[in-house]
Amino acid sequence: MRRAFRLLLQRTISSIPVLLIVVIGTFFLLEAASGDAVDAYLASIGGGDAALIAGLRASYGLDQSVWSRLWLYISSLARFELGWSVTFGRPIGQVVLERLPNTLWLMGSATALSFGVGSLLGVVAGAKPGSLRDRALSTASLALYAIPSFWLGLVLSVVFGVQLRWFPTSGVETIASGKEGLDRALDIARHLVLPVSALGMIYLALFLRTMRAAMAEVWRQDFALAASAKGLSRTRIVWRHIARNALLPLLTMLGVQVAGMLGGSVVIESVFAIPGFGRLAQEAVAGRDAPLLMGIIVVSAILVIVVNLLVDIAYALLDPRVGASEASA
Amino acid sequence: MTLLTRLIRSPEGLAGLIILVILALTALLAPLFFPRDPLAIVGQPLLTPFTDLALPLGTDRLGRNVLAGLMHGARASLAVGIAAAIVAVLVGTVIGTLAGFAGGLIDEALMRVVDAFQIVPGFLLALAFVSVVGASLPVVILAIALGAWTAPARLARAEVLSIRERDYVAASRVIGMHPLEIALKEVLPNALPPVLALSAVIVAGAVLTEAALSFLGLGDPNIVTWGSMIAEGRTVLRSSPYLSIIPGLALVVTVLGVYLFGEGLSEALARRRSRA
Repeated sequence: MRRAFRLLLQRTISSIPVLLIVVIGTFFLLEAASGDAVDAYLASIGGGDAALIAGLRASYGLDQSVWSRLWLYISSLARFELGWSVTFGRPIGQVVLERLPNTLWLMGSATALSFGVGSLLGVVAGAKPGSLRDRALSTASLALYAIPSFWLGLVLSVVFGVQLRWFPTSGVETIASGKEGLDRALDIARHLVLPVSALGMIYLALFLRTMRAAMAEVWRQDFALAASAKGLSRTRIVWRHIARNALLPLLTMLGVQVAGMLGGSVVIESVFAIPGFGRLAQEAVAGRDAPLLMGIIVVSAILVIVVNLLVDIAYALLDPRVGASEASA
Repeated sequence: MTLLTRLIRSPEGLAGLIILVILALTALLAPLFFPRDPLAIVGQPLLTPFTDLALPLGTDRLGRNVLAGLMHGARASLAVGIAAAIVAVLVGTVIGTLAGFAGGLIDEALMRVVDAFQIVPGFLLALAFVSVVGASLPVVILAIALGAWTAPARLARAEVLSIRERDYVAASRVIGMHPLEIALKEVLPNALPPVLALSAVIVAGAVLTEAALSFLGLGDPNIVTWGSMIAEGRTVLRSSPYLSIIPGLALVVTVLGVYLFGEGLSEALARRRSRA
């Protein structure tokens, strides 16, 4: 546990400069935008006089120099303040916190589904490398991997939502249904089935392939040979020895894929009209809300860092060889 | 045995190559078959596929030829996918090689930049970039490359680090070759093949990202893309689902072709490496 704590501290400190690069980079990217939030706001209300414009600019700090604004932004971030959203007329932190849970549910469920089913199928494929079963599963996973998630979402909603009417095709829960407790949970679950399937399918294929490849790697190691020399049954070797040792690379994969999944949820949330974090990004783009867009990018970077940290710690706890030398140094 | 024959001998490589050749032909021949703007109105709207021989895949909500859109869309998808991947691999290789060679503080700084780009979801970055600069083909290409150059950078750096310790590099150093000459003649040619094998995955990712951007309405509005066709069809998804399904299938086949080709390529490269 001590080792995990040190790892946590070390990674947190080392991610500060990286986060700083993200903030500065984002700042200058959005700085390059023609027209700022005040322009967008004025366009939406049909223009205003010079005094109003100057007043608005001053209140958003847009009349100051680039450097002082960058400093203002970084120092307010350090106080966990993300600024003011023009489109929503509220603090960005508030808006983001409202939207984040929906996305975390979506991503969490998609990860659980793809990790569970993907690694299981990976074991089935990797139990006998080169067999017909292996080749069939590997080819199927490649095909699955090629399907764009937003298109899969549309197809699923046509088939299971419109034609069969099994699942709702939009939102996270039935609006004003008055459901509570278990009923409400079931309602939310029903709403999540299609988007989670659409988002998780690609990662299912990815986990399947990683598991399969990792198992092929483990088969070649001495202890696998030793296990079969001991006369253990094949099933036992596969589950107790091969699959268990092949699980670790999947964990790493989990961390690598968070950023991708967060990006994928932008489109999935748009397809299924889920009021989440990704949808917020699209709304920020549509509203030319640069501060909001910046806040979204910074928060997503922090999210990716946190998930990677958790993966690292899980990894260190599962495999005592990892991080031992780093942490003791 | 050349790389091509090696590639063709693996079933994945052959299948991928066939798909890609067909796609390339489709893209090249699109203006011959359909010299008119694919965004032009040619018939009655929402014509079901396979009912009119002149319009085999039917028409969309505005009466535009779906087949023409599909073929012209292949041009856009392939062009953007390949161009973005070239930019990403080029930038990534240069930065990765530089970091691997320079070492020390430069390496450290460059890798932190790579880290920074990796923790920001590439799609969000592309979204922000396009919305800031304005949607046009070059901007979309740059936006996609922005999120895709880190993987080749990491790989190139790792390859350079491992190769520069090998005996033949030490030998060239001993005979007094210039460091730049060693870099370009000895290290880079050996570090490139794995990066090239990776580029298939990058092309596939770029094609998908372009489609997703166009789907959200952030692609170049003046050209037909499969993503924009899917988005167009979405408005009549309940009554005419084929309008979204057809371009989506084209996307799946394209990406699958690129993946298969990539698998075959990396297998062929691995076999050549193990023999060398």
